[in-house]
Amino acid sequence: MALDRPMAVASTLRPLLSVRNLRVSFALDEGLVRAVDGTSFDVMPGQVLGVVGESGCGKSVTMRAILQLVERPGRITAGEIHFRRRPPNGGDEDSAETVDIARLPPRGPVMRDIRGGEIALIPQEPMAAFSPVHTVGDQIVEAILLHGQRWQEGGRKLTRREARDITVGLFRDVGISMPEQRIDAFSWQLSGGLRQRAMIAMALSCKPRLLIADEPTTAIDVTTQAQVLALLRDLQARHGTAIIFITHDLGVIAQMASYVVVMYLGRVMEEGPVDDIFHAPRHPYTRALLRSIPSLYGETRVALPVISGALPHPFNRPPGCPFHPRCPDVMTKCPGAVPSLQPVGTSQLASCFLHHDVVDAG
Amino acid sequence: MSGTAAASSPPLLEVRGLQKFFPITRGFLQRVVGHVRAVDGVDFTLAEGETLGLVGESGCGKTTASRCILRAIDPTGGSILYRTRDGRTVDLATLAPRELLPLRAEIQMIFQDPFGSLNPRMTLLDNVGEPLLVNGMGNRRERADRVAELLRLVGLRPEFMHRFPHAFSGGQRQRIGIARALATNPRLVVADEPVSALDVSIQAQVLNLLLELQARLKLTFLFVAHDLSVVRHISDRIAVMYVGQLVELARTDALFRRPQHPYTAALMRAVPAADPRVRSDDAILAGEVPSPAAPPQGCYFNPRCRHAQQRCRVEAPALREIAPGHFSRCHFAGEMEF
Ligand SMILES: Nc1ncnc2c1ncn2[C@@H]1O[C@H](COP(=O)(O)OP(=O)(O)OP(=O)(O)O)[C@@H](O)[C@H]1O
Ligand SMILES: Nc1ncnc2c1ncn2[C@@H]1O[C@H](COP(=O)(O)OP(=O)(O)OP(=O)(O)O)[C@@H](O)[C@H]1O
Ligand code: SF4
Ligand code: SF4
Ligand SMILES: [Mg+2]
Ligand SMILES: [Mg+2]
Repeated sequence: MALDRPMAVASTLRPLLSVRNLRVSFALDEGLVRAVDGTSFDVMPGQVLGVVGESGCGKSVTMRAILQLVERPGRITAGEIHFRRRPPNGGDEDSAETVDIARLPPRGPVMRDIRGGEIALIPQEPMAAFSPVHTVGDQIVEAILLHGQRWQEGGRKLTRREARDITVGLFRDVGISMPEQRIDAFSWQLSGGLRQRAMIAMALSCKPRLLIADEPTTAIDVTTQAQVLALLRDLQARHGTAIIFITHDLGVIAQMASYVVVMYLGRVMEEGPVDDIFHAPRHPYTRALLRSIPSLYGETRVALPVISGALPHPFNRPPGCPFHPRCPDVMTKCPGAVPSLQPVGTSQLASCFLHHDVVDAG
Repeated sequence: MSGTAAASSPPLLEVRGLQKFFPITRGFLQRVVGHVRAVDGVDFTLAEGETLGLVGESGCGKTTASRCILRAIDPTGGSILYRTRDGRTVDLATLAPRELLPLRAEIQMIFQDPFGSLNPRMTLLDNVGEPLLVNGMGNRRERADRVAELLRLVGLRPEFMHRFPHAFSGGQRQRIGIARALATNPRLVVADEPVSALDVSIQAQVLNLLLELQARLKLTFLFVAHDLSVVRHISDRIAVMYVGQLVELARTDALFRRPQHPYTAALMRAVPAADPRVRSDDAILAGEVPSPAAPPQGCYFNPRCRHAQQRCRVEAPALREIAPGHFSRCHFAGEMEF
């Protein structure tokens, strides 16, 4: 009974991506920043996985690690990132090969293939993602020509003309009006909403199996956000693309994700189906986070419940449970040992001694 | 509370027909070929101790309107009547720089990006104390005492005053920005997206701080934001802006109970509910804010409005009082549910 696996894991579906005990550190002159400190989670095929957590908790670094894009002086120091690749020549899923991305050379051919062709990233800074000196259309055309095997039939090389037509089609798919004109624009000529759509078109140009969207709507209006979220939901429904959706907006998570991972200081505090996370949160951090948001229905002009204390500085991580200095339920054992992520109830997992006694060995 | 109590006393601020046009120039001679009507006839009042929220999509003129009130830029037209501490009423829109100077201390600003507004090469003492220096208040010793007091007020330790801004987290930096805005004992504080860049947990701390400071120091806030749940939480009344004009103005509870403008209703529907059992994806507001250089004929909202009719495409609606204190710029306000 104690080893009941959560539903998603127990099902016969095998994960598309499986991150295990991942650690990423930045060795700075002032000290070591353990940006990701033993993170584990799975992404199922076609699932929208929401990752939520405060600024600096390691969301973006985890995603960059999955793409082997962690910049110096950062380094993956431990853990595994198993990714099930696209089956060769349209074969069935059983013939798909699984690789450990953490062991692949960042600049090797396999990693280049995966990065451009199987896992796509919508980065946190859309402005930085496009070059200002080439039109957005040209940049997408180049990407399609580079990973052209997804689009061509019978091993033939794509022509530039064909790549351009595909780009126009992608622009239309993501709801950009007048796509023939828009693809000749520079990124800085587009409004925030259009730039974000162009970014999504770029990400889709390689027909990814996994799309990582890192805060894709944080910098835009609620109305544009609603449009972009509807677009991503629609793409997911039509193509069955798995999506990792990162945000610190709990409203966006509630509306987008089917399964949620809550991170704090580089570790997973809790994970589970979205309804359980919002209606039966187990971890004190998840509970505190949910209480601190103003809603459209609550009482106005009263103090909101806050999480006491501040996020610790990355150089002085607290020993034991990382949340213990701010936890309202802290117990005597919490500063002395790190709780491991364990099943709680039938569908959730939590790293908290309120629910189990299992200490993290790593 | 403060809204009703204050309604009887004369307002602290009365904005009438405020306009700000930016010229569009072409060619070598910088010939003016048109105008961006960024703010085009905005009216509202602000009672002492009250918080007015100003919301709307990007580019609808919120920042431009705020900057006019602070006289960071000169308005093109309209008046901004302000009741000074010594009981005079002055028009900030037309006041000469020399007459404006003594009022600078009374009206202060909190910015969206706390880092951009703090000088990274100056300690907190100099950053927070700068408005005092600019307004010629106190000697160095008195300024240090005041800065210590201000840091304590916003929940930071006074010892921090010798540190530089980079040593602080986002939420702490926003507290520093608030301390700086409060240095001169202002009466009116204009806050332009003060919590938009912050995490939910820190956002809650800063909102609580603003509410507490307001009660303690009797501050009057003009609170600009695009997050409706935040604006709703902090405001007594809310003004909704679209393409340079107010389209709705009402007490917060009335606005949320029954929005009287289709744009307000659409903004409310766009907020993702923080509950997976509430699906908030029906009837998304499509399209974008039209350019204020070439707004549509008739009602500016008609190309995106799902209630638009023939009349809306030709006749521009006026801002009308639908119920006491509840204003809407829609032909069908009061007759229809939006
Ligand atoms: N290039 C770098 N050099 C040094 N430290 C870094 C670097 N990139 C990230 N970090 C540190 O790693 C930690 C995790 O950062 P990360 O960007 O993953 O946070 P995040 O959860 O994405 O936050 P946000 O919500 O603000 O985007 C932070 O403490 C950050 O300071
Ligand atoms: N200095 C300027 N010159 C020309 N046009 C300007 C200038 N400043 C603002 N505008 C235009 O005026 C309009 C209103 O801009 P403003 O910054 O006030 O909008 P906002 O509501 O604050 O938007 P946001 O939510 O993006 O901050 C926009 O169309 C903008 O492009
Ligand atoms: S392990 Fe202890 S400190 Fe950590 S969240 Fe659970 S109760 Fe709180
Ligand atoms: S006047 Fe017409 S177009 Fe404008 S908001 Fe009202 S119904 Fe919509
Ligand atoms: Mg990030
Ligand atoms: Mg603005």
